[in-house]
Amino acid sequence: MAQIEEVSLDKFKHLVSERALTGETMLLNMGPQHPSTHGVLRLLLELDGEVIVNCIPDIGFLHTGVEKNMEAKTYQKAEVMTDRLDYMNTMGNNLAYVMAVEKLVDLDVPARAQALRVILTELQRIASHLVWLGTSGLDLAAMSMFLYCFREREQILDILELVSGQRMMTTYFRPGGVWRDVPVEFEKAVRDFIKIFPKRIDEYETLLTKNPLFIDRMVDIGYLSKETALSYGVTGPTLRASGVDWDLRKARPYCGYEQYDFHVPVLAEGDTYARYLVRIEELRESLKIVEQALNKLPLGPVRSDNRKFVPPPRSEIGVSMEALIHHFKLWTEGFPAPKASIYSAVESPRGELGLFIEGDGGPKPLRMHLRTPSFDNLGVLPEIVKGHLVADLDAILASIDIVLGDIDR
Amino acid sequence: MDKKLEPIVKIIQEKFGAGLEEFRDEVHLSVKAGQIVEALTIMRDEFHFELLSALTAVDYWPQANPRFHVIYQLTSLEKNLSAQIRVSLNGSSPKVGTVAGVYASANWRERELLDMFGIEIEGHPDPRRILMPEDHEGHPLRKDYPLGYEEPQFTFNFDEIDLRKPYAKE
Amino acid sequence: MGVEQKLGNMGVVTTTLETVVNWTRTNSMWPMLFGLACCAIEMMSAQASNYDMSRFGMELMRASPRQSDLMIVAGRVSKKMGPVLRRLYDQMPEPKWVISMGDCASCGGVFNNYAIYQGVDEVVPVDVYVAGCPPRPEALIHGVLTVYEKVKGEKFRDLAKG
Repeated sequence: MAQIEEVSLDKFKHLVSERALTGETMLLNMGPQHPSTHGVLRLLLELDGEVIVNCIPDIGFLHTGVEKNMEAKTYQKAEVMTDRLDYMNTMGNNLAYVMAVEKLVDLDVPARAQALRVILTELQRIASHLVWLGTSGLDLAAMSMFLYCFREREQILDILELVSGQRMMTTYFRPGGVWRDVPVEFEKAVRDFIKIFPKRIDEYETLLTKNPLFIDRMVDIGYLSKETALSYGVTGPTLRASGVDWDLRKARPYCGYEQYDFHVPVLAEGDTYARYLVRIEELRESLKIVEQALNKLPLGPVRSDNRKFVPPPRSEIGVSMEALIHHFKLWTEGFPAPKASIYSAVESPRGELGLFIEGDGGPKPLRMHLRTPSFDNLGVLPEIVKGHLVADLDAILASIDIVLGDIDR
Repeated sequence: MDKKLEPIVKIIQEKFGAGLEEFRDEVHLSVKAGQIVEALTIMRDEFHFELLSALTAVDYWPQANPRFHVIYQLTSLEKNLSAQIRVSLNGSSPKVGTVAGVYASANWRERELLDMFGIEIEGHPDPRRILMPEDHEGHPLRKDYPLGYEEPQFTFNFDEIDLRKPYAKE
Repeated sequence: MGVEQKLGNMGVVTTTLETVVNWTRTNSMWPMLFGLACCAIEMMSAQASNYDMSRFGMELMRASPRQSDLMIVAGRVSKKMGPVLRRLYDQMPEPKWVISMGDCASCGGVFNNYAIYQGVDEVVPVDVYVAGCPPRPEALIHGVLTVYEKVKGEKFRDLAKG
């Protein structure tokens, strides 16, 4: 096993200020094991007393080789990898992946499957924001937030388990639809959640939004301007808190998002507090979408009946020779995709989650690239922490809501 | 192709002699490696493509020339458009100019190209590896780099593999 | 069941030093606050309201390896993280235990490739493996209880041998 190399200043000479070379400022290593870095992120800080002069992120401690591994699998099998990227948003990752594959092979999805996809991704978005709220509360010493948020998150995970059999790694969406129809208990479970959750959001807001300690730590901290955000490729709630109205669900509706009535919260302040408010508002909007989608959930099949890409139902295999052949072909060889490339993106809780797939005419992709939102969102961190105190770094890092699995892939 | 995109594509084609491909309503333009900085500057300043959504590469090994395509996926928020610009590079010394001056997000994305594909980025402000350890050899996403697959243990080969496994000491 | 029942009228209880030491170890084990990937979220769930691992004397997660007895390796270990993980292990004071939580930490899981250690036992010695991708909080709690069983069975003479 390799040893940890000693860091010499020479390597970072071009990234730190001249004062660091004379020893006037101090270099401090934060992470990769640190409670407030939300995973295995290493930050090299140049400090003038308590004030951050420069911040150099070092990533790759969770580099998993997902892209290379996906290129070695067929289109159906590669989907399990997407769950484990951004592990707060597994349904959303599945959605991004299946939509990309459907675009590549030109496959239609039935209306019921589309509506189910919307319900489940929005629930997952709520779960993801709850983890963010809980852990960022924890970073600012609001311990009870963590306990409250995880209480509600468990309820969502129960719904996910109900439909897919797994709490986190669902792999429920498949190219051409979803794995199977939802059980009858699904509707009641979601309705129960819709009923209690608005009150719970009010509860969180009572604890935090007007709390003077919380406001002191958040307002005017980590200002991110519109221009910087766009130049650094920042997307999602972080971008919307800087005054840019850009949400792929509105701008380029997919899965029938155009049918639902919701608004995209945008704030112009661009500080940590604005990012907090945007996400809290998104919780309410997501719940609105879930309710509408559930109210008009259409009946019908949940999978495309294009047998070249979607395996036949189990019941058909026993009676139809063709179905058996299709099943066999699909699970041994997979389906071929055209020799062309596509880029398809969805709005994940963290921003634009895009997939670039280039097929080579066979059942395995030639190139699979994941454009993960946290990667670019973290890139802007050095810009926005400059001039703040070390203690503010916690608040800022929590407010851009990074997931290391999403960054390192 | 989107109506609003047509004039933009036409201008880029005339100015750079760019090739054009279309697939599922997506527009893929290809320019030469030397023109990429200028092309992206024009896309950003004149046609409002504010966001560099993705920057990646494709390896066509064993094909040697061109071996790599570098892909710049652009998004315009103002006009709600997407466009892709490709640059092809040969296998012996893949080199492309940095666009970190045009889009700041390219800084890390280009370090990823350097790390994963071994594509040299000319004029990059911080040319270090980003994901793999500094002392790592090879560029993992190249097609001639092995996946690093390790044989899984089953009942019949459990002991045999177990002997080979480098277990850690206390 | 309290100690009162065993005390009887005398106010004295006899046992071996070994049992007492091991009993105290199991009831105040401090795990290291250290998550790698997906499993870390389930580890957080196990600490949070619904599962509440503090029932087993584990409410205190220490962010410093110097203060912890138990390392829960929650998630995949990449080639870049391996040396760091080993250093953290070396910094923990004896006696120490390691739980390898989840498939990725135990055997590489679905990531059979260049970037991931095929089992964290190549980096640090592991006491208990917990299966699942990710394991449910109940599974982790079971893993912790299994470590307790192991701790309760430890003998001083084995420790003296090193």
